[in-house]
Amino acid sequence: MNSGGKIWIQVIAALHLLKTDPAGLRGAVFRVRAGPVRDSLAKAIRKLAGPVTRLHPNMSDEQLFGGIDVVATLQSGNLKTTKGLFERQGWFELTMAERCDLHTAARISQALDQRQVCPLIVFDEGIDDEKLPDSLKERLAFYFDMSELAYSDTDFPDIDPLSEKNQPIQTSQTAVPTLVLLANEFGISSARAPQLALAAAKANAMGNRRKELSAEDLEIAVELVYPSRATRIPQECTPEEPIPEQETQPQQNQNQDTSDQDGNDDIELPNELLVDAIRALLPDNFLESLNAASPRIGTSGVGFGSQMKSKTRGRPRPPRLGRINGQNRIDIVSTLRSAAPLQKIRKQNTHDARAVVIYPDDIHVKQYESRSERVVIFTVDASGSAALARLSEAKGAVELLLAQAYARRDFVALIAFRNVDAELLLPPTRSLVQTKRRLAELPGGGGTPMANGLRAAGELAIKSALQGKTPLIVVLTDGRANITLEGMPDRAMALEQSGSIGRWISGLGFKSVVLDVGNRANPALIKVARDMNSLYFPLPRADAQRISETIGAELDQ
Amino acid sequence: MTKNFPFSAIVGQEQMKMAMILTAIDPTIGGVLVFGDRGTGKSTAVRALAALLPKISVIAQCPVNSEFKHDVPSWAGIDEIETIMQETPVVDLPLGVSEDRVTGALDIERALTKGEKAFQPGLLARANRGYLYIDEVNLLEDHIVDLLLDVAQSGENLVEREGLSIRHAARFVLVGSGNPEEGELRPQLLDRFGLSVEVKSPNSIDDRVAVIERRDNFDQNPDGFIEEWLPEEIKIRHAIIAARTALKSVSSGTDILRDCANLCITLGADGLRGELTLLRAGRALAAFKGAQALERSHLKEIAPLALSHRLRRDPLDEAASGVRVERVLTDVLQ
Repeated sequence: MNSGGKIWIQVIAALHLLKTDPAGLRGAVFRVRAGPVRDSLAKAIRKLAGPVTRLHPNMSDEQLFGGIDVVATLQSGNLKTTKGLFERQGWFELTMAERCDLHTAARISQALDQRQVCPLIVFDEGIDDEKLPDSLKERLAFYFDMSELAYSDTDFPDIDPLSEKNQPIQTSQTAVPTLVLLANEFGISSARAPQLALAAAKANAMGNRRKELSAEDLEIAVELVYPSRATRIPQECTPEEPIPEQETQPQQNQNQDTSDQDGNDDIELPNELLVDAIRALLPDNFLESLNAASPRIGTSGVGFGSQMKSKTRGRPRPPRLGRINGQNRIDIVSTLRSAAPLQKIRKQNTHDARAVVIYPDDIHVKQYESRSERVVIFTVDASGSAALARLSEAKGAVELLLAQAYARRDFVALIAFRNVDAELLLPPTRSLVQTKRRLAELPGGGGTPMANGLRAAGELAIKSALQGKTPLIVVLTDGRANITLEGMPDRAMALEQSGSIGRWISGLGFKSVVLDVGNRANPALIKVARDMNSLYFPLPRADAQRISETIGAELDQ
Repeated sequence: MTKNFPFSAIVGQEQMKMAMILTAIDPTIGGVLVFGDRGTGKSTAVRALAALLPKISVIAQCPVNSEFKHDVPSWAGIDEIETIMQETPVVDLPLGVSEDRVTGALDIERALTKGEKAFQPGLLARANRGYLYIDEVNLLEDHIVDLLLDVAQSGENLVEREGLSIRHAARFVLVGSGNPEEGELRPQLLDRFGLSVEVKSPNSIDDRVAVIERRDNFDQNPDGFIEEWLPEEIKIRHAIIAARTALKSVSSGTDILRDCANLCITLGADGLRGELTLLRAGRALAAFKGAQALERSHLKEIAPLALSHRLRRDPLDEAASGVRVERVLTDVLQ
């Protein structure tokens, strides 16, 4: 069977487990975009779940948690509240989860922690680096990337339904240590992963009407829960005494013996078979993503940046008196509040049978304040020539600027270019912790693909501008460009291309600053800076203080 | 109502547990901030704290949990004064909460049905004399943060809206938790927290196995598990009550005050709040340990919690702030 078919079988197995123990497993994430595969998936879910409550990333708190039912309140004269969607029973479904900002994710996560919305099926329809917030993904037991699946893969007869959760399952002595050790082997630090795996194993045992956990349950559980969370592949050291298939008497005794001693080596390594099972399920490009300069990109938070998408509407300000003009929204609560104290008088005057008499003067409208967020895009030359000369000093300068950006609460992004390509080390974020870490990890060496670096910076600037942020590009380089856009060594061509990319950036209207980190001012770089219509500073003459002042002034304009 | 995991059954995380116990001993220390990775038991610990806290005496029906008759606000309209014992309130402040719900607002039901202008107290009123817990505190909307800062500073909630003018006491211990990778906290809010703790997943396999096993036992049989840990819980509760009485008699000499000041100056901690918190937390720790006087050993233990978040942000210093505090500690206290 091909890999797509295998994934599909796993998906169906996971859904059955969810049905058996929704509270323990919480839910599943499916990375799949609209199409026949998703239709099949939806059909499978409907078949198991019955009616599903659908959630949407832009739902208001009122919809989620319940709030005042204005119509009913006005009719009856008593306060009526609507029930929030979270209060419903049964399965929940969150669509377009990649649009979910951290705030909504945090609220759903809290509901999950209180077992309110279990099970939750999340559809992540992101393209490229769009993805749902990690805080949500972490809480749900399963994650499946189904973007590679074909419709034919989903053509698989349904497996027998598992029986419902009924009797408690006996946890065998070795089950928990095995799960924890495995998690450790694959570099999974969160305590939730083994918990969820244990719940999955139990659900499987329950579904198959067993009273005790078997090796098979554990295998299914780790196969489903661990691969998406792994951050490393265990070393190829085979355990000396692999746990036999039947985990019975001898194992237990050993464990009791060793539990008194301190040290990790005393508990045997988990079953080799399990390690292999997980390893087989890791995505093909897993090693690549680990070897990349920024292994944490996939696992760390999305940063505060994505939250700003919703800032196009701005942060709410107190509602104010206003007219309905078809564009603004009425703030019903404030309107009622303003009308409420006058109800007695108004009713005496009008003899109106209405429960509430509202005059146009009472109408309050909602207001939002939107503010353009700034994002400083640091584009750092990490090539051999720069590294030899003064990469560490450039890092120092960036850190100084970072301190300033932090104080101004700007977003910061980090792009490095070396060898033959540029790389986005850090998408726009406010997290100083991450930025510092990435910067410290920045390796040096190789050619100087300046044009590539500038292009990456320009593209990120466009993206940021689309999100309503104001970008500023800060380039740190010695200007000795020698790699063309195509990755070929050609000094003249490389400079030429850098110049034209520079003109492109200046044509887009983005501000930029070029810091020359070379030992002497580089005329070629001055030319590129002129093409970019940017400020140029040779680092030897510009002390750190002056640089930060200048950039600060540039930001303020 | 979901049951809470017992506080004493939490494996490891000694610093976090200690910080929470200290605020229970002396609420004036001013709150705990718990920062750490996902799945390290931050929320579990805070929610577990509620069961641990000794009961307080309050006037029945009082919206702000007043202890004495003269503290009951007049707008509450309470005629019969009856004192009852009640659990220390631990109020959750959810993200995306509206300003109305935090400060309180006009009671719409009464306004609509009876035409009365009455005040409906908010979360701040309910949290008075107790704890206010904010999960994912670093994601809290700015305007709510402003509001909290103001109230935390004055210990009083002042509502001026819709023709209402009302004030009531709002003294609470602020407990926040969050993941620093999802966004930083505003320095002003950071400063309001007395102690800060950084939590990590336990490193040892044994600990991690214990975490999962206990959690599993709890999930299977919450009542039995809580019962099993009850003696431990009671032990801590008694220790807290004993330390509260002992707190008054803990002496702190001039030498130790000098040490506090010296530490703060060397670290360049902003403001005098650092010294005060250090002193208070140190005394609470001394009381908890049954010591007669505040000693250097106590300072050493508590300084990283009380000071690490008050240092000036220095992006050029690679060392984590906790390490910097340790460094200065060994220098100053030798």
